[in-house]
Amino acid sequence: MRYSALKIFTEALTGNKGWKPVWRDPDPKPEYDVVIVGGGGHGLATAYYLAKEFGIKNVGVLEKGWLGSGNVGRNTTIIRSNYMLPGNQPFYEFSMKLWEGIEQDFNYNAMVSQRGLLNLSHNDPQQDAFARRGNAMHLAGADAVLLDREDVRKKYPFLDFENARFPIRGGLLQPRGGTVRHDAVAWGYARGADGLGVDIIQNCEVTGFKIEGGVCKGIQSSRGDIRAKKVAVCVAGSSSRLMAQAGMRLPIESHVIQACVSEGLKPVLPGVITFGAGHFYVSQSDKGGLVFGGDIDGYNTYAQRGNLPAIEDVCEGGMAIMPMIGRARVLRMWGGVIDMSMDGSPFIDKTHIKGLYFNGGWCYGGFKATPASGWCYAHLLAKDSPHPVATEFLLDRFKRGHIIDEKGMGAQPNLH
Amino acid sequence: MIIDHPLLGPRDAAEFVYLGDASLINRPDWQNEDAPTQFYEYLYLRNNPAGVHRELWYHEHGDRSWLVVTRNTLTHEITKVELARDIAVAEGRNK
Repeated sequence: MRYSALKIFTEALTGNKGWKPVWRDPDPKPEYDVVIVGGGGHGLATAYYLAKEFGIKNVGVLEKGWLGSGNVGRNTTIIRSNYMLPGNQPFYEFSMKLWEGIEQDFNYNAMVSQRGLLNLSHNDPQQDAFARRGNAMHLAGADAVLLDREDVRKKYPFLDFENARFPIRGGLLQPRGGTVRHDAVAWGYARGADGLGVDIIQNCEVTGFKIEGGVCKGIQSSRGDIRAKKVAVCVAGSSSRLMAQAGMRLPIESHVIQACVSEGLKPVLPGVITFGAGHFYVSQSDKGGLVFGGDIDGYNTYAQRGNLPAIEDVCEGGMAIMPMIGRARVLRMWGGVIDMSMDGSPFIDKTHIKGLYFNGGWCYGGFKATPASGWCYAHLLAKDSPHPVATEFLLDRFKRGHIIDEKGMGAQPNLH
Repeated sequence: MIIDHPLLGPRDAAEFVYLGDASLINRPDWQNEDAPTQFYEYLYLRNNPAGVHRELWYHEHGDRSWLVVTRNTLTHEITKVELARDIAVAEGRNK
């Protein structure tokens, strides 16, 4: 079923009785060409692009909960490609280009809204660093505009420009950055993949791998054993737990990041803003709630919930740049478990076990990467070589000394 | 979270800085034959368990001691707090 204005109109006139579930609920087959472990955004995108772009349609996606129950439904929905290092920026710009055509591609309204993303700077060195970053973005074909204080004031007059501790000096604007309706991304990819013949199997937890003579032949799951020519792990947050079943130790710690949403307000915030002196970012959803977040809690956890000090820190950041936020009440807060890697950058790679592939380590930035992650992982699975924009996301990069440390923090996951 | 400091009693976790897995106490000997591999594993690889985890916390806003906290990463429950120095000495280190 293709969505169209005519379809919506006729359904409205006939009591909306013609809508059907947009993906099937199949039982697992005994064997697939590719089994994808994890039905989050990245897993579903991988399945979709495997089927659509690389012609591999005998694919099963195994999800232990329900679709969208993990981080694709827990993030702050921001998309951007404002990285600096050569290993990162072309990949994220590829992702941004895919976002720009995603709704037409999978025929689903993902509410892609390129409302502009502004990183604020609060002193001269930071402004200089933003100029450098902006140039790096241009080199990768992305857009970046360096704003001075008055440019920012025209755009966002309500910010606290005279803050005694953190006066606003300017900022780096990516006009193509913005937000996307996160759940719709999972649903759109799931519907698209299902339509191309991919089996999406929910409530199916993978408990182990069938590895014979150094070759991965399939997986064990709560719904029985499934053979596969290739097994693609895509379970960021639980990567260490699952890969331990294959005897692997990863350069990853699991941490929690929290986010909050305020009560619904009139439109007050046209774009996405980030604080440059602390860690705070905010946008306004189309329902009116201010969606905001900041630092990770900073200790290993799998609990999908955090503690109050991290929330206090986030709210202090919000008050420092946008005092009017103090008049809004926090409606909800939630947490998601993320893979924090040792250099803050992800992995899309083969493993030393033939037939077993790994995608993870997305830190708190996996959502914006969803389309490119899926595309590049599908490329790796189909061709056994990395996609040209994802050649650096290798598991052995620490051993070789080729880390991609965007923040320059070293091997300390809670500082990235 | 409240960390029951062995010398100072219960303290808010916000007073502490988190480093990571307590295995970081056991720094390899740089003169070992396979020191590069040992340092790679020491510095970058983690067990990252779901459940009981022994980890290093530094009491920055307190007595500046290093603690080894045994905490459950599924529930955040803290079951044991020890001075890291005691553990290092018990394992044969001189300090």
